[in-house]
Amino acid sequence: MSTKAQRQVWGETLSELSDLDERILILDGDLATSTRADILAESHPDRFIQVGIAEQNIVGMAFGLSTLGYRPWLSSFGVFFTHRALDQVRMLVSQTKAPVRIAAAYAGLLNGSSGKTHQDIEDFAIMRAMPNMTVIAPADAAEARAAIKWVAEYDGPVYIRFARDAVQAVFEDNYVFTPYKPVVLRDGSDLTVVSTGVQTSRVSQALDSLELEGIGAKHIHVPMLKPLDEHELLHELGGTQLIVTVEEHSVLGGLGGLVCELTAGSQEPARVTRIGLEDRWSESAPNDFLLDKYGLSPAKVAQQIKASLNTRK
Amino acid sequence: MNTKTEVLTDLDLSGIIQEARWRVIDTVASSKAGHIGGPLSAMDVLVSLYFKHLRIDPNSPQDPDRDRFILSKGHCAIGLYTVLALRGYFSVDELASFDHGDSRLQGHPDMLLTPGVDASTGSLGQGLSSGAGMALGAKKLGKDFHTWVMLGDGEIEEGMVWETVLSAPRFGLDNLTAIVDVNGLQQYGWPAGPGDRFDRSEPVGHVDLEAVFTGFGWNTISINGHDLKEISDALSFAQSFRGVSGKPTAIISNTTKGFGVSFTQGTYKWHNGIATEEQLRIAREELGQNMEAAK
Repeated sequence: MSTKAQRQVWGETLSELSDLDERILILDGDLATSTRADILAESHPDRFIQVGIAEQNIVGMAFGLSTLGYRPWLSSFGVFFTHRALDQVRMLVSQTKAPVRIAAAYAGLLNGSSGKTHQDIEDFAIMRAMPNMTVIAPADAAEARAAIKWVAEYDGPVYIRFARDAVQAVFEDNYVFTPYKPVVLRDGSDLTVVSTGVQTSRVSQALDSLELEGIGAKHIHVPMLKPLDEHELLHELGGTQLIVTVEEHSVLGGLGGLVCELTAGSQEPARVTRIGLEDRWSESAPNDFLLDKYGLSPAKVAQQIKASLNTRK
Repeated sequence: MNTKTEVLTDLDLSGIIQEARWRVIDTVASSKAGHIGGPLSAMDVLVSLYFKHLRIDPNSPQDPDRDRFILSKGHCAIGLYTVLALRGYFSVDELASFDHGDSRLQGHPDMLLTPGVDASTGSLGQGLSSGAGMALGAKKLGKDFHTWVMLGDGEIEEGMVWETVLSAPRFGLDNLTAIVDVNGLQQYGWPAGPGDRFDRSEPVGHVDLEAVFTGFGWNTISINGHDLKEISDALSFAQSFRGVSGKPTAIISNTTKGFGVSFTQGTYKWHNGIATEEQLRIAREELGQNMEAAK
């Protein structure tokens, strides 16, 4: 099972796909060695376009190229597309349904100690509010690779998160991405945990440790926040008394928000505990420090799940 | 592809331009929404493009080899719609649906709805970048079409414009032309000072735009944007640079906001506005659209 970093997987997979698919381009905002767009730049120089440090122009040019049949991927830190170039993403990509792929590198909290200016903990909330946008957050290397292959064939706007650093594998290397569907990773009757992105890997470790303590959780991974087979997710959540959502994102408007929106309308609403950034900015620090301080390490997730179970009733 | 209409004289073009200006004012008045000053200042260039220079076929608006035109100052949509209608992309009668519910003619151009609209615009400053992408795509695909983008002098206050002005020469986009409609006014702007032409300060009155674009590595041409010969020469020059100069071209088109009608020209107050019956009568007369004067 692959433990490559997702950004590495992105560069390698696009490089591979480019042999057969002439529509693939990468437009870079001078971060190719970080995002690993440099892999494609070396293997297929004619598919790599250096636009410079100008994210708005990257989105605009990608839109223009897409009208001629290209399927451009955007290379920069995700935060600069979801914030600095948001208006361009909104009008030129989302409103026109352009097949532009926003590869959100260094997504979430863990971005190599760059701190709050570069951490993107609002991207799910922003992007899932946008009509026509597909929002994907793969769990590990295998799912990143499988999702990229699916996106390459999809004719519409896509926002997809790629983590900077490798995580423990969740899926086998031959994993096939199934769009729209939640993925049940384990069964359990004490509660249901819902997670997305690479946080799913850390949640898996948390649930391993809880199992040793006799706590059995059902674990649902949501790789595609939008469009989502909501009926199936609600079905999988049925019968549970306690739902815990975990995401490397603000607790506002992301996966936790999504689950609350869905369950609020159900016949037997369960209690929902949302784990994530508590409406605050983070800081620059090593990954382990951040995961621990902001409650996203396997140990801290396990601890919060137990606390939530104990406050039931 | 039908590349151009039959050869039109400047007199023919003038007649079309006058009718188009009238239809802008009339449509905005009947829809009770829309812009006047910008469409009127740009009309001579718009009609010259669509009736003389663009390689287009209204019967085949998605032809992959057509020239592209992007109205980056998208709030002037009614100006573009009027020209598209007169050129045959859709019926002139459809202009009456402008800004109405379920209309193909939205307040800002929507490429998914309106035949002939090559790029959605509205949020200012984005069209030149879209055009640069199209021009770069044409180069990569070996296609010989030209991409034209019209911007406003108020619009180029947007920072994104300058990201593209800086980068387009690097890609050698001699198949890209930016036309800046310098009509001297914006929606409200600043109080007029010494040297200003109109009742508010010029958005770029303090800037030598020709020197700026030249300095960024563009071919640059300044014209009187109400002189059909100067317009035609500039558009022809820009076309002749394609595949030759290795640089994009900027046409600085000096115009007057609201041009052609006494009460709309040269004032920021007609950035948008709804003409009264009396004003409509005056506009119709001044634009020589008196065929229904008995009304």
